[in-house]
Amino acid sequence: MALMETGKYSQGSVLGSVNPDLASERQTASFSVEKLTAWLDGGAEHTRLRRAVVEAIERDPAFSRENQYFQSQNERYEAAVRKAVHLQKKMDEMGWTDNGPEFKYIYRALSGDLAFLLHRIFIRSISMLGSDKQIAKWIPLATQYQLIGSYAQTELGHGTYLQGLETTAVFDITTQEFVLNTPNISAMKWWPGDMGRSATHTVVFAQLYVKGKCYGLHPFIVQIRSLQDHSLCPGITAGDIGPKMNFEHIDNGYLMLQNVRVPRENMLSKFCEVQPDGTYVRRGSQKINYFTMTTVRISLILDEVVIPLMKACTIAIRYSVVRRQSKLKPGEQEAKILDYQTQQEKLLPQLAAAYAFYFINDYLQELFNRGYREIQRKNFDMLPELHAFSSGFKAMVTQYSTSAVEICLRACGGHGYSLLSGLPSLYTKIVASCIYEGENTILFLQTARFLIKCFMAASTGQPVPPSVTYLAAVTPEKCPAKNKLDFLSPDIYTEAYQHMAARLINSTAAKLQDLIQSGVKKHDAWNQCTVQLAQAAKAHCHYITVKNFAETVEKLETQPGIQKIMKHLCDLFALHGIFSNAGVFLHDGYISGAQMDMVTASYLDLLAVIRKDAVPLVDAFDFTDKTLNSALGSYDGQVYQRLYEWAQKSPTNKQMSPAYERYLKPLLHKTLSKL
Amino acid sequence: MMMNADLRRERAAATFQPELLTHILDGGAERTRRRKEIEALVINDPDFQHEDLNFLSRSQRYEQAIRKSSLMVMKLREYGITDPDEIYWFKSFVHRGRPEPLDLHLGMFLPTLLTQATPEQQDRFFMPAWNLEIIGTYAQTEMGHGTHLRGLETTATYDPATQEFILNSPTVTSIKWWPGGLGKTSNHAIVLAQLYTQGQCKGLHAFIVPIRQLGTHEPLPGITVGDIGPKFGYDEMDNGYLKMDNFRIPRENMLMKYAQVEPDGTYVKPLSDKLTYGTMVFIRSLIVGDSARSLSRACTIAIRYSAVRHQSELKPGEPEPQILDYQTQQYKLFPLLATAYAFHFVGAYIKDTYHRISGDIHEGDLSELPELHALTAGLKAFTSWTANAGIEECRMACGGHGYSRCSGIPDIYVTFTPSCTYEGENTVMMLQTARFLVKSYTQVSSGQQVTGMVSYLNDLSRQRIQPQHVAARSVAVRINDPVSLVEAYKARAARLVEAAAKNLQAELNHRKSKEDAWNRTSVDLVRASEAHCHYVIVKLFTAKLAEISNAAVRAVLTELCLLYALYGISKNTGDFLQAGILTDAQITQVNQRVKELLAIIRPNAVALVDSFDFHDVHLGSVLGRYDGNVYENMFEWAKKSPLNKREVHESFHKHLKPMQSKL
Repeated sequence: MALMETGKYSQGSVLGSVNPDLASERQTASFSVEKLTAWLDGGAEHTRLRRAVVEAIERDPAFSRENQYFQSQNERYEAAVRKAVHLQKKMDEMGWTDNGPEFKYIYRALSGDLAFLLHRIFIRSISMLGSDKQIAKWIPLATQYQLIGSYAQTELGHGTYLQGLETTAVFDITTQEFVLNTPNISAMKWWPGDMGRSATHTVVFAQLYVKGKCYGLHPFIVQIRSLQDHSLCPGITAGDIGPKMNFEHIDNGYLMLQNVRVPRENMLSKFCEVQPDGTYVRRGSQKINYFTMTTVRISLILDEVVIPLMKACTIAIRYSVVRRQSKLKPGEQEAKILDYQTQQEKLLPQLAAAYAFYFINDYLQELFNRGYREIQRKNFDMLPELHAFSSGFKAMVTQYSTSAVEICLRACGGHGYSLLSGLPSLYTKIVASCIYEGENTILFLQTARFLIKCFMAASTGQPVPPSVTYLAAVTPEKCPAKNKLDFLSPDIYTEAYQHMAARLINSTAAKLQDLIQSGVKKHDAWNQCTVQLAQAAKAHCHYITVKNFAETVEKLETQPGIQKIMKHLCDLFALHGIFSNAGVFLHDGYISGAQMDMVTASYLDLLAVIRKDAVPLVDAFDFTDKTLNSALGSYDGQVYQRLYEWAQKSPTNKQMSPAYERYLKPLLHKTLSKL
Repeated sequence: MMMNADLRRERAAATFQPELLTHILDGGAERTRRRKEIEALVINDPDFQHEDLNFLSRSQRYEQAIRKSSLMVMKLREYGITDPDEIYWFKSFVHRGRPEPLDLHLGMFLPTLLTQATPEQQDRFFMPAWNLEIIGTYAQTEMGHGTHLRGLETTATYDPATQEFILNSPTVTSIKWWPGGLGKTSNHAIVLAQLYTQGQCKGLHAFIVPIRQLGTHEPLPGITVGDIGPKFGYDEMDNGYLKMDNFRIPRENMLMKYAQVEPDGTYVKPLSDKLTYGTMVFIRSLIVGDSARSLSRACTIAIRYSAVRHQSELKPGEPEPQILDYQTQQYKLFPLLATAYAFHFVGAYIKDTYHRISGDIHEGDLSELPELHALTAGLKAFTSWTANAGIEECRMACGGHGYSRCSGIPDIYVTFTPSCTYEGENTVMMLQTARFLVKSYTQVSSGQQVTGMVSYLNDLSRQRIQPQHVAARSVAVRINDPVSLVEAYKARAARLVEAAAKNLQAELNHRKSKEDAWNRTSVDLVRASEAHCHYVIVKLFTAKLAEISNAAVRAVLTELCLLYALYGISKNTGDFLQAGILTDAQITQVNQRVKELLAIIRPNAVALVDSFDFHDVHLGSVLGRYDGNVYENMFEWAKKSPLNKREVHESFHKHLKPMQSKL
């Protein structure tokens, strides 16, 4: 083993010197890692800026995550608050601002291990939903942390379906106040971050009642804790909702309101207002407001989903060239586990997916920027398409990436199960993204609704948004591929995906129509088709992702070295999808059985090709060791030494457990009966 | 508190009596009675009560587990419980399905002494270990070495001058890593090491090594031992590391029932020992059963909660429906419910077969063992992978609340997921099964007949007379007949085994080395094993139906069996289409039939999870409570959270207030 050459137990001595098994992987890279990194960052100047921010954060011991895996929920929460407070100081010191180019790198450098994230949502919602007067009053208080805000929407009994929320706000004309109540236990606000322990204020969504009439959901600013001693305000019951799979550092909270009164001016009133005499006034369009909700889904894709996936790939792939197990050839040393085809088949498709989703994120950002410009010009035509995109891609990318991270975790065998590998935390964090900001199944069905509508429109010759014109396009009935190399042509596989997505949408629409024509009520027919509808929506997103990957590769003409390897990854992503969903491609004979064997052959060939560049491809993500915080995934590959040293820092080794004196000793000495 | 009205309605609407199904799962009404008796012994015992583990630190959880384990050992003896199944029940009620620090002592250390120690060694070690003066663990895995045992690096060198073995951990990678109970609990370990005597390496052997001082529990000189730190789960287990530096043990501490080292260092070879096969089969059969139980628990929670939770709108103007009425929710949960039942029956089958064969072993008939060994490797992998993913699907089907530890599913998941790795990493297991399948295929090709679960390969030779591909043989599949579906799965397995075997041969023809060819075919080989295991499961589930006498229970299990088989087809349509086993039109029918079955099973869903008969204490879930009073109890649970200990958290005074005054 490599470590034997570098000395045995001399503490820390090998850390930093690169494990030869990892070093050799880097010598054979087919492309320049630095160039790929710069290209991913959007230019070398961005890489420089990112590295400068990361370095400034990591050099500051106040931001250290060193002992994170050993900390209790209480300690994690306290550290997150401490870091959030320290970050304000740091930003002043560095001259960074919330709107500066550094900002997006700060959160990433801290791996989100920070309190007051909901405080930002609080600020954002007031800026968007508040009147000018409300903005002038609350925003300065919030930005200077004179108060700490949260955002209380979800209730114990109600999530994605907003109309079902039960909290009430009744206007009392005599005192010019709203009276807020939690009418029963399922109406308790549940889950809002920062609310369990930190927040002094929150935006509460409640059903507005004026003179006995319900006007639906509206936002109200409610103070929940004293600004003096942080104790709960009268009528407020609030606390932490207890331990979760992850987010130990966040105090997700509950909130019960009993006759809590807030002045009339606390209803956020950019779009709706209750006048002193109780008249309800609606003004302007709320459409832009919905748009902002959909942008949240898009904004989380990079930091909360794609980056964790990239980290998981980095850890698993580096570990897989350090870990040796069994022999591939008799008499040789044990083989690197990445040399096993089954290990390649686990990890390399996930690596390709990480790149695919990184590029789809760029695509979505661009689409949304364009949409935003249109909307500012009061052109709302793009809204349905943008909404469908944000829903479907959020669902597909989170679902795919979650299972990808889990595959990485299990591909690391026993050591992946140790928290010190970093993988369990990445998994438990990313898996939450399948639920928050809209449960994935519901989101797929929203996209499906849009697709069915477009399909109907397209089939009657009406115009549809450019991303779905393919639904009406005429494509060949058979895939034209003749041999396995043909399947390395982006035209061939992109067309296969297009055909497959169009077919699934088409057949589901037909099924819906049949049911309705046979007398089934529309909503029942919809429910009976939802499994197919969700599948069709996923297929659409998968198709767009493949297409976008192929187009991204095409644009790389000026960088042939990078283009070549990206082309391999694109091929792998596409063929992996066909290989693992063979049935839907075979179903109507578009791809024949013989062609499917060609797909499989090409797909397996690609694994061996990409294997050679696997380590450079994860190095290009350019994560520092501190960012990865993994004993298995460090740049130097000194896996075992690090695992051993980190384990020794575990509190179970440093503190004497009372278990021995109390239970073990009497057990061993037969005095247990005295317990 | 009253039972939630939704759950009451669900239970009243069931078409069968859940107790009858419980009896089938337990293996008879008498066994159900005894199980519940033991459950009551534990659950009503104040000594086994404690605070909700979700609120405790790792050290506290370890401490609770040690406390309960100590009491458990005493009480088992006090109650005179000696039957292995009954001990298993008792233990899993005490620890609520979680691992505990004495697992390795009871499950590995003692049994290894019984099977591998000489009578003299048994005298010295067994009774002290039985009386827990000695607590032992089993130290096999090293930091750098897992499933591939021959790669282990720890050495035991015999010194004839002192008649001792000198144990060493020569590298960092050779440090023993992961053994349960090693970190803090044990004072002895059975250590697997490469034996060197008279200058020669004799391969892996087992040694009894004292590691901690009796009395003080301090590590002995030459021993470095500790806990490997926090993990995804297994908080109550002190998985440990062990490093040995020239640590000497007497010659008599090598387990010498089979191989021996004589005082002068002469090595005496063991007689061939096929019995170790048996132990592996037994442990892997336990994992299959565990897959079934863990998935059943997750299904119980998710299905009950889905009957209590109301959300959104199905019909305009009507109240929010139970989420279990949504087709997408049924599609997530019911196939898993069917899977849980399938795995129960598979687990019971392997266990019975093992007991039958081990009866034969004593009479010298080992003929069935290689196949059972190969089959359980694959089934261990197949069921643990499926259950692992299924538990997470159940959790996600509970939406946001599933993510809270109060749902209990995070704990089920993190406790279960290592079974994909331990006792043989799953991919390696699948390849072991594949090796057996390829061997059987080769036998058939050379004109021999094979027997048992692989006998379908015999048909291939008959096919060979015709020039067509094996797959082109059309099976007239009737999609409403489980027996016919077994044939479809059989055809798929045959096709994939043949394809993998042929690809392997093609690689060999390209003059690749045997190992290279095997590696380059391994993705195909794993697929073949999966198809074989899938066939076996459908076959065993279908066979079980005929044994059920109660018509109502048989009807509902038949629906589940059909759902299991058809859902499996709909998820693997590519295999069935490509092999020509089913046509496009049949696949469309299969997909349609799956959705019809969801609606048919819907009224019995709650009764079907009630039949698993998990006590609330064992289930450990607020969402899955039998009475369905979910929201009230979530609130009660949350109030106990450590962050809520004081109304104003100390970080307010430490960080928030100073910041506010500065800005």
